[in-house]
Amino acid sequence: MSEAIEPDIDVDALKEQGVDLEVAEKVAPERDIVTKVGEALVQVQDLTVKFGGLTALDNVSFDINRGEILGLIGPNGAGKTTCFNAMTGVYKPTSGKVMLEGQLLNGLPQHRITRRGLARTFQNIRLFGEMTALENVVVGLDARHRTSVGGALLRLPTHVREEKTAIERGMALLEFVGIADHAHFLSRHLPYGYQRRLEIARALATDPKVLCLDEPAAGFNPAEKEELMALIRTIRDDGYTVLLIEHDMKLVMGVTDRIVVLEFGKKIADAVPKIIRDDPKVISAYLGEPEDDLA
Amino acid sequence: MSTTDGPTLIPDDSSAQEIADREAKMRRRKGWFPGLSDKWNALPRQTQWLFLIIVVVIAYLLPILNPPLITTEPGNNWQIALAQMSVYALIAVGLNVVVGYAGLLDLGYVAFFALGSYTAAMFTSPDSPYVHIPYLWTLPLAMAVAMFFGVVLGVPTLRLRGDYLAIVTLGFGEIVRILATIIPAMKGQVGFQNVGHPPGTDSAGQTIFQNSNGTPWYWLTLTIIIVVLLAAGNLERSRVGRAWIAIREDEDAAEIMGVPTFKYKVWAFAIGASVGGLSGALFAGQVGFVNNQKFDIATSILFVAAVVMGGTGNKVGAILGGALVAYIPLRFTAIAEFKYLIFGAALVIIMIFRPGGLLPARQSLLAYGRLAYNKLRGTNGDIPASGKVVLQSGKGADK
Amino acid sequence: MISEVIPTLLHSVPVDDTWITFDVNSFTQNFWSSTFDGLTFGAIYALVALGYTLVYGVLNLINFAHSEVFITGCYGVFFTLSALNFGPSAPRLAFWAIVGNLVLALIVAIIASALMAVIVERVAYKPLRQRKAPRLAFLITAIGVSFAIQYTIYWWRGPSPEAALTMFRPLPIFDVFGTIIDSQQVVIVVAAIILMIATDQFIRRSKTGRGIRAVAQDPDTATLMGVNKERIIVTTFIIGGILAGAAALFYVMKIPSGVQYNGGFILGVKAFAAAVLGGIGNVRGALLGGLLIGLIGNYGQVLLGSSQWTDVVAFVVLVLVLIVRPEGVLGSSLGKSKA
Ligand SMILES: Nc1ncnc2c1ncn2[C@@H]1O[C@H](COP(=O)(O)OP(=O)(O)O)[C@@H](O)[C@H]1O
Ligand SMILES: [Mg+2]
Repeated sequence: MSEAIEPDIDVDALKEQGVDLEVAEKVAPERDIVTKVGEALVQVQDLTVKFGGLTALDNVSFDINRGEILGLIGPNGAGKTTCFNAMTGVYKPTSGKVMLEGQLLNGLPQHRITRRGLARTFQNIRLFGEMTALENVVVGLDARHRTSVGGALLRLPTHVREEKTAIERGMALLEFVGIADHAHFLSRHLPYGYQRRLEIARALATDPKVLCLDEPAAGFNPAEKEELMALIRTIRDDGYTVLLIEHDMKLVMGVTDRIVVLEFGKKIADAVPKIIRDDPKVISAYLGEPEDDLA
Repeated sequence: MSTTDGPTLIPDDSSAQEIADREAKMRRRKGWFPGLSDKWNALPRQTQWLFLIIVVVIAYLLPILNPPLITTEPGNNWQIALAQMSVYALIAVGLNVVVGYAGLLDLGYVAFFALGSYTAAMFTSPDSPYVHIPYLWTLPLAMAVAMFFGVVLGVPTLRLRGDYLAIVTLGFGEIVRILATIIPAMKGQVGFQNVGHPPGTDSAGQTIFQNSNGTPWYWLTLTIIIVVLLAAGNLERSRVGRAWIAIREDEDAAEIMGVPTFKYKVWAFAIGASVGGLSGALFAGQVGFVNNQKFDIATSILFVAAVVMGGTGNKVGAILGGALVAYIPLRFTAIAEFKYLIFGAALVIIMIFRPGGLLPARQSLLAYGRLAYNKLRGTNGDIPASGKVVLQSGKGADK
Repeated sequence: MISEVIPTLLHSVPVDDTWITFDVNSFTQNFWSSTFDGLTFGAIYALVALGYTLVYGVLNLINFAHSEVFITGCYGVFFTLSALNFGPSAPRLAFWAIVGNLVLALIVAIIASALMAVIVERVAYKPLRQRKAPRLAFLITAIGVSFAIQYTIYWWRGPSPEAALTMFRPLPIFDVFGTIIDSQQVVIVVAAIILMIATDQFIRRSKTGRGIRAVAQDPDTATLMGVNKERIIVTTFIIGGILAGAAALFYVMKIPSGVQYNGGFILGVKAFAAAVLGGIGNVRGALLGGLLIGLIGNYGQVLLGSSQWTDVVAFVVLVLVLIVRPEGVLGSSLGKSKA
């Protein structure tokens, strides 16, 4: 793990040169990813999840390549969230493997999976309501912090340094997602859209290799959705790999590099958006669900 | 529960002022003196310190001042009452770490208190056949013993749902009392007389720490409370405190955000237990006598009531709550008999109508967050467009 | 110095018989009688455990005040028997008169317990549910209500147990390995098992039972499907109360001197241990867990010598179960039990 960045980078000077580097640098200081751009960063192999008699996820395999935005779509109840949950350790898969940079994630505790570099947001927002926006983000940052009870009790230098950089990085992340001026409010008092953005900032704070977003635009109007997609593109351009669950086909087509389609827990397609658009199987899957296609 | 409420659907362009108003309103609904902590946080650091020093000085002077109306006399000796109040306050501070921060309901906290008391008694009382050590050594020893049992109890239960912890601690609280009764070595109701005390004699050659003189015990406990408070504050404004609050708010989300939730739950439980043990040892020393009568579950519920009354999660509130729980039966002796009824009912009423308690908590979880927040609030006059904060090392960082 | 300290330290290591003694003789001698007695107690624990299990299944919360629901039933029995002029020794009555009295006491106990259960739900749970309070708040109000009830009884009836009233003189029925099984033991165990089966069938077959299972499985979906969640919750508390009332009658039968303000508390912890041991949320598990806790506790008592060891042993079992098999012996939950 690399050292935390120094707190006193001369950001203003950089900014005057018109460089937007500083945010990117602070948002993602660590780049120790072995996988090369374009190669498989995450491999999902034959993942199956059963709830009693119901097979929510049925032998699903796909790769997430470094540097891409991969869309995971499918009608309601297709198993998208379940797939996220199985990948991030919330559910124990009935069978199958999830690998990050060639290392098996199955069976690891959830917080270890996060620290390995798989971060996520939740379909139904799950912020720490009684914490401010900034504190929420710092909880994410803590995933990379090393001092614990001893360091905090004695205020050891490492702890002090971590605390200070945490605030700077936290603020930078909030600025990155566009809600820095609301950093001091309790997260449960934030407007809905800001809460969604805060979730993204908190997930980014764990310094993930892959960022998994579960319907981040749910409940947004078209303009807000556009903005959010722009943000997701920026996140990718900053060097993150993104796995995006989204319900709205049009949006997904616009932002993703590749799309995996689930239906009834099975993968029915895996291709670039252009092909997915004309895939009869995908069309019929979505036609089976009128509300979405008409939207 | 923040996560089940779902998002607050207010328009995206609602001004910061609107949110600030909402926050203020919410807090007013929650507790009795909600404005206090806001006002306090708005004060400059120096003023805060000044206030604190004055409060601490007054606290130290209390046994000498013996203020009329407030005093527990003639019913109960004021100095001894203070000593007991301070022990309860310490207990509440410790239990607050478990209940208030981490949101773990420990209903058998009295067991750790008892473990501390028996540790002090069995290593200092002449009635005990075992090895004897100086009283002051029993304080860290009591902490260690209580912590050990805290971990032994916590490890199997903290992996499970929160309710299991509540019932297991409830059982444990009762078991320790029963064991004290039925294990011959723990001497049941006969107990241990002449528990030790810190060394020292005054100019007249009298022992300073007498059981009949509450003042030195009160001062000792008060000093320990201050140390524990500082330590708790350090933990609160760190990764540890944030982990605890995150666990309290949404344990699953915390785990997924990289918080090793189990580890921090065990820490909270162990730290709480050790403070309970410490207060037990102080109690044993002050009273000078330990037997199986003082450690029933009802007392445990008083401890929980102290934390809830003070404002769950607020360490200053916990001190107030703890002191009050001890004070009320001593001051109003007529109702002393009904204290369990009163505090049991108080628990329900507070949780339903004023869940914030006396001083609703709003932990500051960032050691250096003040500067950032003040800038945002415009306290310093400049509201930054971007909200960017750069801390120069050493300068501008508040401590 | 060291040479002095080490022997003293060794001496201070608590291994001698001032700490714990095992009376194997008493254990082998009393094995069968403690088995039958343990099963009788177990049946009572099981009935109380059902109340915990049902509420836990539906609300996912421990009802800490359930022990007070139970003790309220005990007072119901006590007052009924006092009104019927029962005394410390069993009256000489005709068989049907005894049955009539018992049924009357049972009805009063059930009404008292069920009423108390509804009060607990209304005071400790409903207001918080409406406010969507955090889980911790529910647990705290429940324990608060539990203590408020205990000490209201204390205030009213004082600290000592009520006078022991005996309902009937147990008649020996069977002789097993030289140990007598009496009518009381048989009545309690048989009645408890019948009640448990009835509850099990009710939850499996009746419309309300389906509602309970639906809410236990997924409250939101159940509500969408037209189940009245609030009604189901109250009903669940009432069923728990009814069973606790029945347990109260058997308890007073078994331990006439056990009617006391805090009498429900320790029994509550043991009943909860039984619920966890069998698998919390599992109706059949409650029966199994209750019988096991009753047996283990009683064996512990004769082996270790004091009746208070029952509680310690039950507690240790609870912790061991949580370590080894937290989902309990029978595991499955209320929602998943098949129709
Ligand atoms: N914890 C669970 N227990 C039982 N069934 C579940 C659980 N989670 C999801 N399911 C079921 O799995 C299926 C897939 O759900 P989900 O992954 O949430 O779909 P999506 O996110 O694609 O809308 C649904 O039928 C859902 O009811
Ligand atoms: Mg979903």
